[in-house]
This record gives sequence, structure tokens and C-alpha cells, in this order.
Amino acid sequence: MRRVAIAGVGMTKFGEEWTRGFRDMLIEAGTRALADCNLHGEEIDAIYVGTMAPGSLVGQEHVGALVADSMGLTPVPATRVEAACASGGVALRTGYMAVASGMHDCVVVGGVEKMTDTPGNEVASALGGAGDQEWELFMGATFPAIYALMARRHMHEYGTTEEQLASVAVKNHSNASKNKHAHFQNEITIETVMGSKYIASPLKLFDCSPITDGAAAAVLMPLEKAKKYTEQPIEIVASAQASDAIALHSRESMSALKSTQVAARKAYEMAKLSPKDIDVVEVHDCFTIAEVMAIEDLGFFKKGEGAKASYEGRTALNSEISVNTSGGLKGCGHPVGATGVKQAVEIVWQLRGKADGRQVKDCEIGMTHNVGGSGATAVVHIMRKA
Amino acid sequence: MPSENLAITWRRIPERYRLAGSYCENCKTSYFPNRKLCPKCRRKGRLASKQFSGRGRIYSFTEVSAGPAGFELETPYLLAIVELEEGPRLTAQIVGATEKDAKIGDEVEMVFRRIMEDSPEGLIHYGYKFRLAKRCAPK
Amino acid sequence: MISHPVGIVGYGACVPKYRIKADEIARVWGEEPERIKKGLGILEKSVPDVDEDAATLAVEAARNALAFAGIDPASIGAVYVGSESHPYAVKPTATIVAEAIGATPNLTAADLEFACKAGTAAIQICMGMAASGMIRYGLAIGSDTSQGRPGDALEYTASAGAAAFIIGRDKAEFVAEIEETFSFTTDTPDFWRKQHAEFPSHGGRFTGTPAYFRHIMGATQGLFEKTNTRANDYDYFVFHQPNGKFPLEAAKKMGIDPEKVKPGLFTPVIGNTYSGASPIGLCGVLDIAKPGQRILVTSFGSGAGSDAFSIRVAEGIVEKRQAYRGWRLADYIANKEYVDYGVYAKHRRKLKSL
Repeated sequence: MRRVAIAGVGMTKFGEEWTRGFRDMLIEAGTRALADCNLHGEEIDAIYVGTMAPGSLVGQEHVGALVADSMGLTPVPATRVEAACASGGVALRTGYMAVASGMHDCVVVGGVEKMTDTPGNEVASALGGAGDQEWELFMGATFPAIYALMARRHMHEYGTTEEQLASVAVKNHSNASKNKHAHFQNEITIETVMGSKYIASPLKLFDCSPITDGAAAAVLMPLEKAKKYTEQPIEIVASAQASDAIALHSRESMSALKSTQVAARKAYEMAKLSPKDIDVVEVHDCFTIAEVMAIEDLGFFKKGEGAKASYEGRTALNSEISVNTSGGLKGCGHPVGATGVKQAVEIVWQLRGKADGRQVKDCEIGMTHNVGGSGATAVVHIMRKA
Repeated sequence: MPSENLAITWRRIPERYRLAGSYCENCKTSYFPNRKLCPKCRRKGRLASKQFSGRGRIYSFTEVSAGPAGFELETPYLLAIVELEEGPRLTAQIVGATEKDAKIGDEVEMVFRRIMEDSPEGLIHYGYKFRLAKRCAPK
Repeated sequence: MISHPVGIVGYGACVPKYRIKADEIARVWGEEPERIKKGLGILEKSVPDVDEDAATLAVEAARNALAFAGIDPASIGAVYVGSESHPYAVKPTATIVAEAIGATPNLTAADLEFACKAGTAAIQICMGMAASGMIRYGLAIGSDTSQGRPGDALEYTASAGAAAFIIGRDKAEFVAEIEETFSFTTDTPDFWRKQHAEFPSHGGRFTGTPAYFRHIMGATQGLFEKTNTRANDYDYFVFHQPNGKFPLEAAKKMGIDPEKVKPGLFTPVIGNTYSGASPIGLCGVLDIAKPGQRILVTSFGSGAGSDAFSIRVAEGIVEKRQAYRGWRLADYIANKEYVDYGVYAKHRRKLKSL
């Protein structure tokens, strides 16, 4: 296998982007990533784009070809990758494998979701497809409900409290306020979260990530080639993915994601690193409970101590482990297919020292963690300065 | 308004109407919903049909205050992971109870209810929900 | 004469959990609650949940009856569901019930409609099929989620409930033998609902003497004659109960002790469950009756007709009652939660924007 690096990255502003459509966002993120490593386009061998539900949300399938066409990159092979909310992370891994294998020398990986063109309850139904349509969604399970069922188990098994969960949202809003690309630019307090309406008890509105539009892109090359295009290539030193039962009720545990645990173990083995080596991590916090489980399952805290650790500030910027400096899905926003790629963009910026007011000090090694559905897919990447 | 293909609902009738699941004679594991392949034994598995009793316990629950399209009338509703007495767990609504009536471990029993309706003139989809068992029922 | 013994081998009821008080309905329409309660003999009525309909109530009652009978559902040869609120105008409720209890596919099934007496019509059909040997067991159900037009007098009583009976032909399995039946039928336009109408229309006071009383008394007295019995030969009487007063008035007109009617009179606390009404009354009596006691049941369906049954409680009821672990009528009546008129309107889909 060849060593693979990210040469360039780019993303749109995340948010409710009323003036821009699905294609506009793709073009903006792709153009920025190409410009970031001085590519014109002729060098590109393949495109992988992660997007979850464009068919349901904007009526568009066959997104691979659409991207190649919109970017003026035809006849480059272009493929859509779908793994629900992990579509972006799995697209990144697909691009990584294409370059590592020697099949391609320059790959563009994109992620996109245009969500606000669709009424809220239809978005909820479309996202529900990430779970088990026939046995969860059909019975009235929404995604907040599925994570609420996990939160209730976590509270039951480990004594996690709603205030502790709220602290995750407070921290992520704080980080987002320092990120000009983030959906939310405002800080909030524990009281803001606790006073918000229940969506699916014990989860309240401010425990949930928002419905967001956005796109992100990255250019992948063999490490040696990347050095010709950028002064700061970031090497992908591990890429790992795992699956689990699609329905929450079919899993052994509901207070942990086995897929995350397995993907993390494989990633640490591949990179020959351990959790204590990681300086900055972007985890999949579609709900506050998801971040709590992630920081446990990735090995940063013991099982059951994630919520307490969050409440004590041990995941804040430049604390023990800087978690979700971008603001995470909660603060930066969650345009589903874009999220996994955006996480990589943030880690690249952190490792390059270009993360503005949210820069993690002495940042050498970063990690991304992207989850599909309620944990049926988890994909983990570890990156370091080349 | 979401709707479900007629054939999908029709194929699921034995499971949704009366909890007909399956059982692997090789590894002695019970499955609900019905499985065509034992995920533990794969090709060595021998699956037979199994009728579940409809009794179980609440493993986890939530009160859904923002229901999806098609569930407007019952929102808010209680949704739970129910652990059947035979072992498997499933996701189902708990009827006739609110969040304050339920707790993890409460005994529940299956009831037969409407799950959703495609449209006012469309098909009615029926299936299982659960209620707190007689001695756990709210007073 | 019935050619072969037939009887009930299992029975079960189902009443939704929610209730609305007559006072609450009266409040909304500016009526005097005391006058309504006294005039109709009703305190409160059952209200189905938003996900309940005549099919779901029928299934639950049928499951209770099966558990009580302790028979294999696959041995049921016929399912008939009587209702005036079948969820579909075309597509049977009976197939839903048959599938839900695991009786399919080797059986016959159909839906019946005869206002409030479709459930007893189902019993008669099953009796005939069982006595003739066409089937070993038949499942007869009366189930309704009836509707009254907002503000109409019917709104105080129109409620929801179901009762199911498994009719068999083996005396050893009987919890009660059905000794005889007699029907009285005419064309009487006291109450109707057309295909696409949401609420029924009725003849007001015309529903009394020429409709309810004439048919109830015609069938009951016809049964007395046919069986050569008198009121004193019966321990309990269950009459169709559109409100809390009519059954007692009918008893008075026929010289029947009202105390024999009250144990099977549930309308004051659950309302008029239409096709479920006299069948639920019978379930309540079977829950307390002793072997050897006799019960006379007379239904009434607008349009109009009455089916009367002479029923003798069998020894087998004692053991089956002891073995039964499911919900009994008394459990359903006790398990209640009140709703106000707003929630009731939502449950009954009377809010047009929904």
C-alpha cells in the first residue's frame, strides 16, 4: 500500500443556505479544495462523493456524474458513496483506498447534503431511512427517538444526567462560535439546553444537531506527490470502518457503539498509536449522547465516564483532549453527507495550525469519527503532519 | 404523508399481527423479526418458525414529542425497546401510558393497533404495540 | 329445535381505556348534565385511542376469547365480525382478525352489518354452522367504534367496545350451552347511515316504541313461547342497551325483575358499544354466573331486528374462569382515564384539519 496524504481541503459555510442549491454547494467546496493545493483539474483521476438522501431531499440521484459535470471534470469516473450519516467518512475511506492501492494518483473526495429545501417532517422521514425502515421507522422511531433510547440506557447504566449531556452542547456551541464556517455562531448555557423543549425524552432540542446545508471536499494523493502541491500535506495514517446491526434493538449494548469500538481498535493498530497520542478529534455528535458514547468508545475515557468528563471540561478546547473544535455536528451543523468530509477538513486545518481562534496547541495527530445511522456504520481516520 | 408498499406490509403480516418469528435449531437462538439466515450459524443454521408470547419488559423508552409525518395524531407517544421473554428485543410504541407511568424493567404485553394509514383513502397498516401489563398498569 | 348441541367454549371482551363524562359533553353543548345523566341513564362512555378501531378491538376481544377457550386457533373454521364501523367499506375486518389470531388460511370469514345486532347475527351463523357440522369452532364478534354527530343526543352514548365468542359443538367444552334462539325482524327506519356519511341519522323518539321496544319484546316473548319458558326461568337478562334506561323499561314492560337486568347492564359506565353492547353484557354475566343458571340475551339492531338467545351456564365455566389469566370485562372497566372534549374530538377525528 502507498502512503496517502490530503493535499487540499475546502468547505462551504454550513447553515441554512437559502440562496444556494445542491450543485452550487458542491462546486464551492470542490473549487476551494482544488485551489487549496493549486490544482486545475486535469490531474484528477477519480471523484467519490458522499451524500445520504439527495433522492428524497431534492429528487436527485446519480450524484457522481452530476459532480463531474458541474465541476467540468467529465469524463473522470465519479461515484456516489452512501452510508447514511457516515457517507462522507466512507467516501474519504474509498478515496484513500483508491490512492493507497495504486489505482489512482489524484482523487477528489466530496460530501454534500442540501436539507432545507425539504419540509422538516419529510427530512425526518428521509433520515429515518438510516435506521431499519420496516422495524424501527415504521413503528414510529425517529432518529432523536433512537438516540434517546440509547441515552436512557446510558443514564440507567452509568448514572449519566441530562445536565451532563447539556454540557456537550454548551462546549460545542462555544467552539462553533470561533469557527466562521459553523452553522451556529452563538454561545449557549446549560440553562439554554435544559430549558429547551423535549424532542424525544431525555433529549431536548439543544441536545440535537440541526438541519443544515453544506458541502466539503478534500484532494487525496500519494504522500510524495502531495508534497509537490502543498507545503503542508497531512498524511492519513489509519482508515478503518466497521458495521453493526442496522436496528438498535438488535444490538447487544445500547449504551456503546460496537462499530465505533471495532473501527477505533483497528485504526489504532494500523497507525500504531493509542488514544493518548491523539491531540484533536472530531467525533460524530448528532446528539449530545452520541459524543459521550464516542469519547468512551474511542478510548479517551472509561465506559460510563464520558458525560462526567464532558461536564468537568475535560473535552474542551486545549484541555485533556480537544473534542469537536469545529463545533461538531451540534454547533457546526450536520449536512449529513458532508459531515464526514468536513471532519477531515477541520483536522487538516488543526494540523496545519490554521484553525484561527480555536487552534489546538502543539497539534500533531488528529482523528475523525463518523457514524452512519444509530451506529450500524462507523468509520475512523487518524491523520498526522507529514 | 409516507406510505408503504402493499406487498411489503403483506409479507410482514404474520410478524406484525401476531409476533411470528424464527428460531435456529442449531444454536437455539430465537429471532424476531423473522430471519431467513441465522446470523450466528450462517450456512450451518437451521431456522424454524416460532410464535412469541407477546410478553416482555421495557429495556429502554422515550416519549417522542416530534413525531414523523403520518404520526401527527398520536404525538406525543411513548416508544420503547421491548425485551421479549423469549430473548429478542424490538422497537414498539407503548399505548395508554405517558413517560411518568413507565420505567425500565416494567412488564408489558402486546396489543394490536393501527400503526399508520397511507392516506385517508389509503391502506391501514396494523401491527403490534405494547401496553403496561395488568399489574404494572397506571392506577 | 337446534339439531345438535351448540355452545360458547370461550368468550372475551375489550373496552378502550379512555372515558369521557356525560358532564363534559353537556358542558360543551350547554346542556344540564343532571338532566342528561338522568334522562339517558349514563355517567360516562368509552373513547377509543387514536390507533384503535373496530378491527383492533375485535382482535383483542378474540385473543381474550381464544385464551379463555384454550383451543388451537387453526381449528377455527369461520370468523364473522359484526359492526357498523368496519374500518373499510370494502375489505373485510374478519380477515384482519383471522390473521391476527393465527386462524388463517383454512377457514371462511365475512363481515356483517345490522346496526347494533350484527354481533348476535354472527353468533347465530356460527351456531348453525357448528350444529350442522360444517365447522368445529366459529368465532363470532360484535365490535364498534360508533360515532354520534357532535351535539346530537347520541354523542352522550355512542362508544367503543367489542366482545367475541367461540362457538363450538362439543358439550364437554362448553362454558355455556345456547339452548335456543329466536329472531324478530321487520323493516323499520329508525336509524341509518349512508355509505359516505360520517354520522348516523335517526328518528328521535321514533327509535323507542316502534323500534327498540317492539323488537326486543317481540324476540324475547317469541323465545319464551318457543322454549315454553317464562321470565322466572331465567337468572339473568341481557338486553341491548342503547342507554341506561331502555333495558330496564323493557324489563318492566315484560314483568321482569330489574335486578336480573342490572348485572348485564354496562352502558351507564361504558356507553353504547353498538354491536358490542349486548355481547359485552353477556360477557359480564358469564364472568359471575354459576353453572346451571340461565341467561336470556336479546339484541336489537336498528332497521330493525332482535335476536334472542336462551343460554344455560355449563360446569366447564368454573375451571376455565380459574385458568384464564387475561383481561376480564371488570379489568377493562376499572382501567380508565378521562379525557376532555378536546382530546375526545382529536381521538374521534372530529377535527377537520387533521
